[in-house]
Amino acid sequence: MPAFDYAPAPESRDVARLRASYGIFVDGQFRVGAGEAIKTVNPANEEPLAEVAEAGPADVADAVQAARNAFEGAWGRMPGRERAKYLFRIARAIQERARELAVLESLDNGKPIRESRDVDIPLAAAHFFYYAGWADKLEHAGFGPRPRPIGVAGQVIPWNFPLLMAAWKIAPALATGNTVVLKPAETTPLTALTLAEIIAEAELPAGTVNILAGGPSIGQAIVDHAGIDKIAFTGSTEVGKAIQRAVAGTGKRLSLELGGKAANIVFDDAPLDQAVEGIVNGIFFNQGHVCCAGSRLLVQESVIDEVIAALHRRLTTLRLGDPLDKNTDIGAINSAAQLARIRELTDAGEEEGATRWSPPCDLPDRGFWFAPTVFTNVSQAHRIAREEIFGPVLSVLTFRTPAEAVEKANNTPYGLSAGIWTDKGSRILSMAGKLRAGVVWANTFNRFDPGSPFGGYQESGFGREGGRHGLGPYLA
Amino acid sequence: MSSTLSGLDLRDVTRDDAALRRFLSGLPGVDQVGAEARAAGLATRSIKTTAKAWAIDTAISMVDLTTLEGADTPGKVRSLCAKAVHPDPSDLTTPSVAAVCVYPDLVETAVDALGGAPVQVASVATAFPSGRAPLPTKLADVRDAVAAGATEIDMVIDRGAFLAGRYLQVYEEIVATREACGVAHLKVILETGELATLDNVRRASWLALLAGGDFIKSSTGKITPAATPPVALVMLEAVRDFAQTTYELRGVKVAGGIRASKEAIRYLVMVNEIAGEQWLDPSLFRFGASSLLNDLLLQRHKLRTGAYDGADYVTLD
Repeated sequence: MPAFDYAPAPESRDVARLRASYGIFVDGQFRVGAGEAIKTVNPANEEPLAEVAEAGPADVADAVQAARNAFEGAWGRMPGRERAKYLFRIARAIQERARELAVLESLDNGKPIRESRDVDIPLAAAHFFYYAGWADKLEHAGFGPRPRPIGVAGQVIPWNFPLLMAAWKIAPALATGNTVVLKPAETTPLTALTLAEIIAEAELPAGTVNILAGGPSIGQAIVDHAGIDKIAFTGSTEVGKAIQRAVAGTGKRLSLELGGKAANIVFDDAPLDQAVEGIVNGIFFNQGHVCCAGSRLLVQESVIDEVIAALHRRLTTLRLGDPLDKNTDIGAINSAAQLARIRELTDAGEEEGATRWSPPCDLPDRGFWFAPTVFTNVSQAHRIAREEIFGPVLSVLTFRTPAEAVEKANNTPYGLSAGIWTDKGSRILSMAGKLRAGVVWANTFNRFDPGSPFGGYQESGFGREGGRHGLGPYLA
Repeated sequence: MSSTLSGLDLRDVTRDDAALRRFLSGLPGVDQVGAEARAAGLATRSIKTTAKAWAIDTAISMVDLTTLEGADTPGKVRSLCAKAVHPDPSDLTTPSVAAVCVYPDLVETAVDALGGAPVQVASVATAFPSGRAPLPTKLADVRDAVAAGATEIDMVIDRGAFLAGRYLQVYEEIVATREACGVAHLKVILETGELATLDNVRRASWLALLAGGDFIKSSTGKITPAATPPVALVMLEAVRDFAQTTYELRGVKVAGGIRASKEAIRYLVMVNEIAGEQWLDPSLFRFGASSLLNDLLLQRHKLRTGAYDGADYVTLD
């Protein structure tokens, strides 16, 4: 037993105010969806959390009609300064219910409470605050003298940051005067449905925001619905491509935020202790369920042994376990399906000859768990260096010169994010100019702010979320 | 840091001023934003119940109970010594502190007052706190304290020489002080509040370790800022990396401004996760403090009884 054995410090589950069943939110009313009733489970122990009555095709039609009515009615006519008041209201309500939302998010998603409490929920509130400020200043945002909303936005979001992604989608859409039909991921609908409660309590005009729980078929129904003017999707590249094919020729506007295989590049003059923190935060934050995760570590060959030794030492201090424990660093994998995908790719990594290492760590018996894993001796040709794993798995490669680092970093069909670690300012600037990635972090990683635009190149998608740029996809 | 240092004979790096400068400025830089974020991240660890009880007792056993005032008297030092041995006279399961820390002229009083109790007598020396005296004066100060019975010497480095880049001079002064200490343990005060940058903290830490300091200590307590979590982080990384290179374990003492148990526990978390659990021992980690002890005692009592005592239930010395 360790000398300093941290006693369990669990956040109370009661704080989440979990209900036995959740409905969908259409035209300002909660109702039982016409689709299947599914159980959403806690990935940390596989116990059912609540029953969710998913939407059926008729619900999609009703939601789109309600959003259309709101766009042509109360919300569409409302001046920006009035819309801002509702956004501020939502932001404040998220803050007031922050603890409840954090616990609910950790229960439904499996992420550690430390992250839902310190990152997801505060950032979600910050996005509403930020875009509330833009609502009455759109004429000055650089999109022409009279920018206009597009209409009804259909938004489909993933399970990795359930509430935060809802905020990223809803806040700019509302600030610009659009109305929304949003579908959270099938495995993580609870915080979005609680956000629906907040929206109802904020007394937004009925139909302005509609939230439909459901699986891929409901996502498809939203994408295909003729009454939708704009699709915003965050998720896998595969589904993103299918959506792009589906909307081609329909006149619907589209923005996509898809996968990534980010290079995190460590030069020999980097502040190494902080670089190691950045590597850990880059790939093990949120169990690696992050589209911009720094999953490919590129280390200058002259410091590779040092970096790997420091990384091993650091990983042995990571605490894996109960997501509700305030001292947990690594929580549960969100679903059995995702766990299977991570296992498939890590097995492939071993078969292809990379060296696998994990710190000693006990995985709980029930639930979906995967130990933090580092692969060394990885080459560009290995699947684990090319495919998005979306799990706590780091592939380590080396480079000799800055030019080689750029070449390897850019040698991917993706282009969402990249990281540079060096004490040399001029090198940061020259590298950042050459890396084909929407976000380039210097001496930090996975840092988000509502004022900073986020989005990708190539197969990582297009369109930006956050910042002034994030208004663009919602303005005509 | 291992590969930069492995194969390197550390005696070579102190050969001359140029070699020492090359070595110190070749240490990996510290990114201040990142170091602050790491320290803040560790501060979110939630230490409860059994872990808290263990941490409080451990922290008490690591306190260098300190009085460094111009107005110190033998009476004040005697009462401090009594408290050092039995911090809580109503509960003798409370551990003793690690040491009392006084000015050199009061060492004898402290030694007498402690009798044979297992509490060390530490003395600041070398023209504490400024260190602005000729070297012979500083060394005489050290010898006097040791002759009077001090088992630990807290010296200050010449920050002026360090900031002017005269690293070898700082090194040689520490080596000379080390010699003057004889068998007494040497703690080298870096006065990080005057070094200003975390890069300087890392370099000064290595300089003191190379020169043979048994402990590196953050501050005199006479300058603001004194100990801060990012500074402690960098110092703990230095002793960790030094141990990895030389297999020698050296200690860290954080001093100045640490008043609450909560802060002390956060430092212990940092020791645990940055240096490693080997350092969770009074021989390798200390708190230089005076009022911290009373808060630790109040928290200890609260854990045992469920109720907070008022400030009148702990002794003011």
